[in-house]
Amino acid sequence: MSGAANPQAASLDAKGPLLEVRAAAKRFGTRDVLKNISLNIASGEFLTLLGESGSGKTTLLRLIAGFEQPTGGEIWMAGERLDTLPPYRRRVNTVFQNYALFPHLNVRDNVAYGLRAQGALKSDIPGRVDEALRMVKMAEFAGARPATLSGGQQQRVALARALINRPKLLLLDEPLSALDANLRKQMQGELKALQREVGITFLFVTHDQEEAMALSDRIALLRDGTLEQVASPREIYARPATAYTAQFIGQTNLLRGEIRGSIATCGALRWPVEDADGPAVFSLRPEAIRLCTDGTRQISEVKFRASVRQQIYAGASELLEMDCGEGQLLRVRLPACGPMNGEREFVFAIADAIRVEN
Amino acid sequence: MYSRTYKTIVAAPPLLWVGLFLLLPYTLMFAHSFWAVQDGTLVHHWNLANYQKLFTNPLYAGVLFRTMRIAASVTLCSLLLGYPLAYYLSFHSGTRKELLYQLVIVPLWVSYLVRGYAWKTILGSDGVLNGFLQYFHFTHAPVGFLLYSPFAVVLMLTHIYTPFVFLPIYASIEHIPRSLVEASQDLGAGPAPTFFRVILPLSMPGLLAGATFAFVLSLGDFLAPLLVGGSSGTMIANIVQTLFGASYDWPLGAAISVCILVITLSLLFLTERLEKRWSFK
Repeated sequence: MSGAANPQAASLDAKGPLLEVRAAAKRFGTRDVLKNISLNIASGEFLTLLGESGSGKTTLLRLIAGFEQPTGGEIWMAGERLDTLPPYRRRVNTVFQNYALFPHLNVRDNVAYGLRAQGALKSDIPGRVDEALRMVKMAEFAGARPATLSGGQQQRVALARALINRPKLLLLDEPLSALDANLRKQMQGELKALQREVGITFLFVTHDQEEAMALSDRIALLRDGTLEQVASPREIYARPATAYTAQFIGQTNLLRGEIRGSIATCGALRWPVEDADGPAVFSLRPEAIRLCTDGTRQISEVKFRASVRQQIYAGASELLEMDCGEGQLLRVRLPACGPMNGEREFVFAIADAIRVEN
Repeated sequence: MYSRTYKTIVAAPPLLWVGLFLLLPYTLMFAHSFWAVQDGTLVHHWNLANYQKLFTNPLYAGVLFRTMRIAASVTLCSLLLGYPLAYYLSFHSGTRKELLYQLVIVPLWVSYLVRGYAWKTILGSDGVLNGFLQYFHFTHAPVGFLLYSPFAVVLMLTHIYTPFVFLPIYASIEHIPRSLVEASQDLGAGPAPTFFRVILPLSMPGLLAGATFAFVLSLGDFLAPLLVGGSSGTMIANIVQTLFGASYDWPLGAAISVCILVITLSLLFLTERLEKRWSFK
């Protein structure tokens, strides 16, 4: 874990965290899939585990669900040791990536499965199943077999099935990845609304950073089995701790250079800093750079000249690839401005160049 | 698409085969069951006497009943052996899976007759098992019921057909997505409820196929009773064999065969329906 990352900065309520992952590790053969992960999740929080495939996010989820045993560390939930319990004794439910609906049971029996498994009163079951199906707008499909449902409908049934036991923590393993783009956007909205409605803590796994930004209270970014950074979407975007985070969350320009005598020099760009001398990496978001039309700059701004190499039109904005000379390329996002060419002057605020760990 | 000629050429050999070696013999057998034998010669004299004899003579009904009982016992025993084996192999054998699978298959390479004679050697009054029992003073005289009994037939047939029962069950258990087992546990069901509510229903097609194999193959078996059955272990196929051979009563033999065929076909029809009911893909 990098020094600047701050995984413990959870907005915990007075009761303490709901889930505590303490130095959890998982090794498959000789491969360390998770290395010393510590993470707290507050009650009622929507936390997203974000990472590339192979970063260990699904493995962490499976440790919490109980499908895998940690090879090191402990997991606690609400003051109770969790990782020593079998999955069927944990008050945790999972929405599986491929939904994992029981093909031999209809929608009603799929949803009722958890109640029956936990020995709920027979007389309670129909009412609670109907309620859960209404909540995900699937009441009219109660008698249907899963195979006859569309992906989005199966998704809703899987949600109802996982929520019916009123878990303390709901785990969602890339639940939207099998849906097409439009349906996905719609389900994202519904998922967020549902989480507010039921007030259950959600631990959501995805590789899609936009999805993570849209849904989460906090994002835990995983890289090669370690936590890179844990922070709210706004903070992780505005103040990435590492170069990896800055590049993974949104687009950025990584400025590699060095600081000497309180001046940072990255290629053609120079600006004052207060840090000590030595090599340094800064992240500068493309939208932090703007066109300098009157040729003047504030004292807190850096001005530079660059020529347009490429221009990509994206409706409301345009992405320009600019050449600052000496082979240094910068991406700049401007409000739609029409075709541009030749040399222009740009400025950015010094405060927007965020020092990151390499 | 393919031309008519092409389709005809491709379809002809199998159709010819089925017609010549399946439909024709069955038609002949069916016809024979309505004929009679007079003074040692077959006469094409249509009558129902064979079927009457089959249902009124207690010998045939008794043997037929015993055959069904033996076949049912074999089915039950091989399911009780084959299902747990398939379950264990699929879920818990880990890295030994391939090896164990091969070990189940290997006995199929050994000739049926060799295995039959092996059981004779094991079960006989001076056989391996009796020698063992006497050596350790469990008994003082050889145990007689081991060989030449329905028990011996059930034992041998179970040994022979368990791999046939194992294979379809194993295939169907292997096809159950592991995420369904995890989902069941996740929802609060322990190992036993997970087995009865998810694994067993989803492996039902394989179980039915295996049970059908064991029952149908046992029903028509005549080598096991011949080798280890003795007179108390005689099965219906032995009667048919005798009727077609030494007794020279082809019409009665044919009538019994038709009867077995009807039982077998209705059973296949039934399991086919059940398998459809239990498949969800």
